[in-house]
Amino acid sequence: MYKHPWLPNLDLIDEMLKEIGVNSLDELFNDIPAEIKINRLLNVAKGKPLSEYEIEKEINEKVKKNVELEAPPFIGAGICPHYIPNVVKFIIGRSEFYTSYTPYQPEISQGLLQALFEYQSLMAELLDMDVVNASMYDWGSALAEAVLMANRINGKKTVLVPENANPFHKEVLRTWIQGKGIKIEEVKYDKNYGELDLEDLEKKSNIDDISAIYIQQPNFFGIFESNIEHVIDVAKHKRALSIVGVNPLSLGLIKPPGSYEADIVVGDGQELGLPLNFGGPLMGVFAVRWDMSLVRQMPGRIVGITKDINGKMGFTLILQTREQFIKREKATSNITTNEALLAIANAVYLSLLGKEGMRELAEEIYFRSHYAAKKLTEIDNVSMQFRSDFFEEFAIRFPIDYDKISNKLKERKLQGGLKLSDYTSLFCVTEVHDKKSIDLLVSTIQEVINGVETS
Amino acid sequence: MVWRQAKWNEPLIFELNNSGATRQGLLINKDDDIRSEIKEMKIPKNLLRENGPNLPSLSELEVVRHFIRLSQMNFGVDVGIMPLGSCTMKYNPKIEEKATAITESHHPLEDEDHVQGILEMIYELQNWFSEITGMDECSLQVPAGSAGEFAGVLMIKKYHEDHNRNYKDTMLVADTAHGTNPASAAMAGYKVMYVKSNGEGLVDMDILREIVNDKTAGFMLTNPNTLGLFEENILEISKIIHSANAILYYDGANLNGVLGIARPGDMGFDIVHLNLHKTFAVPHGGGGPGAGAICAKGELVNYLPYPMVEKVNGKYRLSKIPKNSVGKIATFYGNVGNLARSFAYLLGLGPQGVQMVGKMSTLATNYLIAKLRDVKELELIAPNRHRKHEVVFSVKQLLENYGVSANDVAKALLDSGFYAPTIYFPPIIEEALMIEPTETESKETLDMFAEALKNIVEDAKRNPEQLLKSPSNTSIARLDQAYANHPSTITPTYRVLRLRKMGKINYLK
Repeated sequence: MYKHPWLPNLDLIDEMLKEIGVNSLDELFNDIPAEIKINRLLNVAKGKPLSEYEIEKEINEKVKKNVELEAPPFIGAGICPHYIPNVVKFIIGRSEFYTSYTPYQPEISQGLLQALFEYQSLMAELLDMDVVNASMYDWGSALAEAVLMANRINGKKTVLVPENANPFHKEVLRTWIQGKGIKIEEVKYDKNYGELDLEDLEKKSNIDDISAIYIQQPNFFGIFESNIEHVIDVAKHKRALSIVGVNPLSLGLIKPPGSYEADIVVGDGQELGLPLNFGGPLMGVFAVRWDMSLVRQMPGRIVGITKDINGKMGFTLILQTREQFIKREKATSNITTNEALLAIANAVYLSLLGKEGMRELAEEIYFRSHYAAKKLTEIDNVSMQFRSDFFEEFAIRFPIDYDKISNKLKERKLQGGLKLSDYTSLFCVTEVHDKKSIDLLVSTIQEVINGVETS
Repeated sequence: MVWRQAKWNEPLIFELNNSGATRQGLLINKDDDIRSEIKEMKIPKNLLRENGPNLPSLSELEVVRHFIRLSQMNFGVDVGIMPLGSCTMKYNPKIEEKATAITESHHPLEDEDHVQGILEMIYELQNWFSEITGMDECSLQVPAGSAGEFAGVLMIKKYHEDHNRNYKDTMLVADTAHGTNPASAAMAGYKVMYVKSNGEGLVDMDILREIVNDKTAGFMLTNPNTLGLFEENILEISKIIHSANAILYYDGANLNGVLGIARPGDMGFDIVHLNLHKTFAVPHGGGGPGAGAICAKGELVNYLPYPMVEKVNGKYRLSKIPKNSVGKIATFYGNVGNLARSFAYLLGLGPQGVQMVGKMSTLATNYLIAKLRDVKELELIAPNRHRKHEVVFSVKQLLENYGVSANDVAKALLDSGFYAPTIYFPPIIEEALMIEPTETESKETLDMFAEALKNIVEDAKRNPEQLLKSPSNTSIARLDQAYANHPSTITPTYRVLRLRKMGKINYLK
């Protein structure tokens, strides 16, 4: 008799069938036309059920086929390696959170609801925004939802997106807006400083169909946009919505988007306590100002405060009439399964670091990334690609083809930056990169450059 | 034995520390050698944050206790049965957690030679899901089922455009469908038209024949449907849809009840999305993260989202871009960390286990129905038909005769120590209780659940007033939904609460 630890009733099939009043399991499937029943075992997994011990061995085999790096990867482009406090993993591993579902029954899900409310609240303080949802898939899809939302609000069809915004987010945006006929108009950036080209913004914003203007802070090259408030003003002037993309960690140091009155803020919570996960799951951040026209059009789940029949404070999902299971084709989004558990991870992370910790961490990342940039540019003929100041990520110009550098780094089990062009690469340096690992990166690159020059 | 939930009067995290102490610090070291080389910050002055974010200042223990207390006021599958219909809350085997070691520390843009283990896993899963669905190819780029569904609808749209069929502007959706179906179709720019069910809870074939025409782009259907019934006319449905050059789309949310027994591909479906957090046991985490797959057959595989993994000269590459791909749905790959969990789950099931999931979940549902068949206040549409993954009862009689609604029954179940079924769905059933027990709940648990439901029906008849006051065993009593949503009291963040108390915030208008 076939037995399995995950299937408790295999021994009781006959007894249960008797209660139902049928003679065999197959009878329960009599309504399926014979020609579409499979009547064979599917060719999946390893051909037989594996024991837990065997599963573990299979997993270890896969782990061994990956290469363990000598230092954390020096690559970002939207998500970066960070240190994850043990408390974060511990809390989100709690079964009561981990194996729960969307809190449709709030009385029995108060813990989850309060934790999500606290995520919204902590993120609101960090962003200086009023309303935050919990949660979207990632930055790219949050941006796409923001653009779709702007289109729902003002009906206009063009969105201005900077060339120096993350290209991976733009790929997602392009996919998501194709059904609605929204067009993207790209705004140039200054090739010397790396910041948005304000003249080009002025020119492009004269198109009369601008639904929204997007800007990323710091931008894809890690550069601080020093004229971000001006960009928001342009959006206001053109009666377009302003959408700001932020790296939440940078907000320990720089002004939050609420302080310059952004309409919608998007970003990724990955940098607040989440592993790289080969790019997913990530955690999309989405916030708006206190304005009903914005709040009513928000996608995703929102938790709010309420009271019970005895007047005691409690929490529940709010504004559900925007959601697909009630509004169907008129919903603000189709999102259902989201990234709630990771919102809790973000909440725990922000609580652990607190006001001081966030500033200290952002400073530490600033110093370490500037140290790496300084050491790299001390190599002959290596220079910064852009002149404006940066955070966490920076673009470097090399005198030789970056592939040569990349190959040597790979040999040494190091992961260098993202190749931007033949001679430039975008590096990411955070608190997980100590001086020793940065020095190893620099000396390896120096070796390649010297080797090429002398050969 | 009635289970009791913790009732902590846990304050908001902002209100935990009243002493003003700053208890936390950096969790990593400051590197002094680096500081000595980079002495100052050059950030433009106008960008600097003057006051740090208003976050609490707590010690590690304070944070831990706070969130542990919150966890004790929450219910998950590891606590007890969560019979949420169409949500498939099955047990998540703990070995799945080991599998995250495959992906956890790797960056999605790492050199492909460094992540062959991850890519091999994705490649194998792509093939397994193709086999399971009867489709030709699968893309795992989508981060959830509904994201897969959105990709699927975009595929339909692009496919028709490429065949000069721009006039196809209407998506058909069964009236029993999940809300995601019409929402995804609308996001892709389609008009939505509902296809009515007949008295037996199945697609009304006459209506379908009548409304399918040149403008029909596709039909979104789940089989078994949300009433738990298998659409036995599926081959005829497929013929009707295909004769109009339209696409038959499979919503995989309900696959669990026929897993390993019948495949959407063999039923005539062209595109399928899977919810890996449902059928393939990824934990739901309070709403996510989940993971998805989108699969297609024939010419439609050219439209799948990119990238997909292919094997080139013995090496795995993330280089496969279907030639008419709709694009990327997620920023990087998809929820790969959760793909690893499903990978471990499938290894453990094997082909035999995959088939038994379908059989045992169907057995569990029909057993539960049998245990409740004498309760006449639990009404069924088409009572003589077997269900697959789930069953939908109507408690209309309780409401009409005793003033007890589906919502009241749900709240009473919470007091019995169970999570409640999905209620008021699908909308075609009045006072609906939608129950999905899954294959992982023991017969003993099903017996207890049936008993609890029976007792509640009896209580509703004997003492309805008491039921309207439930729940009382949970960490809080019944909550006021109107207060939560009213423009004068709506409070979505602590910041709004603070401003409200100070009189600095108005009606949300």
